[in-house]
Amino acid sequence: MMKEIRVHARAGQGAITTATILANAAFEDGKYALSFPTFGAARMGAPMNAFVRIGDAPIRVRSQIYKPDYVLVQDPSLLRGFDVVAGLKPDGLAVINSTRKPSELGLKTQARVLTTPAARIAKEIMGRADRVNTALIGAFIAATGELTMEAIEKAIYTRFSGKAAESNWKALVAAYDEVKNRENGL
Amino acid sequence: MKITLGTVTHPGGSRVNKTGSWRTASKPRFNHQACVACDVCALVCPEGCIFGTGQNTYYANEDYCKGCGICAEVCPVHDIEMIPEAGEDG
Amino acid sequence: MVKGRMLQGARAMAEMCALCRPKVISAYPITPQTLIVEELSQIVADGDLEAEFINVEGEHSAASVVLGAAAVGVRVFTCSSSQGLLLMSEVIFNIAGMRLPVVMICVNRSVSAPLNIWNDQQDSIIMRDSGWIQLYAENNQETCDLLLQAHKIAEDHRVMLPAMVCCDGYVLPHAYEIVDLPSQAEVDAFLPSYDPIYKLDIDNPTTMGAFADPEKYMETRYMIQETMKKSLSVIEEVARDFGSSFGRSSYGLFEKYRVDDASTVVVALGSMAGTIKDVVDELRDQGEKVGILRLICYRPFPKEALYEALSAAENIVIMEKDISLGGSGAVATDMRAVFYGREACPRISGFILGLGGRDITVDDIKTTISKAQHQVADADFVGLKEDLELEGING
Repeated sequence: MMKEIRVHARAGQGAITTATILANAAFEDGKYALSFPTFGAARMGAPMNAFVRIGDAPIRVRSQIYKPDYVLVQDPSLLRGFDVVAGLKPDGLAVINSTRKPSELGLKTQARVLTTPAARIAKEIMGRADRVNTALIGAFIAATGELTMEAIEKAIYTRFSGKAAESNWKALVAAYDEVKNRENGL
Repeated sequence: MKITLGTVTHPGGSRVNKTGSWRTASKPRFNHQACVACDVCALVCPEGCIFGTGQNTYYANEDYCKGCGICAEVCPVHDIEMIPEAGEDG
Repeated sequence: MVKGRMLQGARAMAEMCALCRPKVISAYPITPQTLIVEELSQIVADGDLEAEFINVEGEHSAASVVLGAAAVGVRVFTCSSSQGLLLMSEVIFNIAGMRLPVVMICVNRSVSAPLNIWNDQQDSIIMRDSGWIQLYAENNQETCDLLLQAHKIAEDHRVMLPAMVCCDGYVLPHAYEIVDLPSQAEVDAFLPSYDPIYKLDIDNPTTMGAFADPEKYMETRYMIQETMKKSLSVIEEVARDFGSSFGRSSYGLFEKYRVDDASTVVVALGSMAGTIKDVVDELRDQGEKVGILRLICYRPFPKEALYEALSAAENIVIMEKDISLGGSGAVATDMRAVFYGREACPRISGFILGLGGRDITVDDIKTTISKAQHQVADADFVGLKEDLELEGING
């Protein structure tokens, strides 16, 4: 069984890091994983994708992801002009960094849409609203349980060190808790 | 003749290649009359095939002499002359 | 727990390179090879590999440096892509002609113009006539495994030819996946130190690659051609040794995936084979007798082994990321020659995909396979954008 995740972001927003952390966490959970980006004109701000495949068997398929199980959108401005939910499976999930309600985003998908105030969390914890990727991962894990928090924690501390690791982990947990609290009606 | 991997060759190849066969018209004759053993003929020979140990002892190894005539040209006492390849009588 | 580490491909390749203990490394950075060179120069600068990393002003010099170092009798490594490999090309031919077992990774990228930094295999395919052994990897694990084997094959006294390990640019070195690298002790046990037959040595002077007139030059080409044929069995032997040493299969000349009872067999090189395998499984589930033969060793071209492996197929479908403009795909041309005048004569179709980084999708592969079952194709381009107006062609 293979799960495919497509990350939408702008170059410089850490989408490759998002994909790497997810792949590393899957590995920590004893699964096979492959992560890779698309390479556009290498300039900050250019829309780009990163991809993650997670499976119980070695991953062989190398094409980009056209029918994702999950979509993560790091920058809500990409909703203008890009069909971020293109090909998203009906039983899939889109996690979007936005303070608006999913119904207000007007996304054309049968899949579930979850919004998370990742920018606000990042601003509060790391002082920078553009470091949304770890908060987005937290919301994704809370909504899907696709990877364990133990594995994600290890992956965060593999990718970052010192204060950066702590603050990223804190942001991730805050976004995780925010989704869980909403699910529990808190 | 062996062709090695990468056409690697060892020193001394010019000994195998007997350039005396290139001579066409003439070869040097060492007259051994006025030689002062200045050694210039041996120094300028492009094949390094002129040898001598004292006055009036110099000679060219004809297996390698190409008949270029430089030795005769530079000899300060004009004791070397170029003669027709087939010999003086030819 | 899956065995190995989650590594970026370039990091894994650099670590594997270091495990092979080259004494001299010289390379000039070019996208998408740069990551490997950066990692390697860091490894050398950190003192983790006892080697000279020689900085140069361009690829022609990088290739010349490793040529010279190999001629002195040490193990060497270089790495390039695209225009860089083309700039090296004069030296690439010299390295083979001088029978120096240089090993390089070619991070496959398209060739200009127009400028394009993305993956296809045109760059290394251009070098197919140079006398280098060429091995194409499907994934990062295999790139590392082939790199280790390449040194052993190239330095074998029955071979003494350079070897190029080819990996798809971006698709592999920039991807993170699980790679299981051997220990230094395991590598040392598998790969003995380089024992040159000839070397430049001031105490025992020699000349290498010297002049050969019309009386001798032709023999030098014949020697390489015959050695190329003999090296097929060395490549298989080293792959078997690798399998028994590391407990991980290495396929040697090619990998057959669901080929034996297949009526349609796809032939492909490199990373796209992974995607094709998934398509093969899907089509098999629908009852179609499809398989893929993934060619690893493109030079020497294993003609007899391919004939044996494919003679029962009805359709051979070659999918390749290169084209000899004005001719056909290079692999398709070679493959047709395998069957000419022989008893088995499968239908052989050639398709060109994925040039300049065009994504090769599951749908592309399905469409191609189905097309080849109905007609013979020659250098058919797959995945062209139909909405584009092409001056002089349709506009």
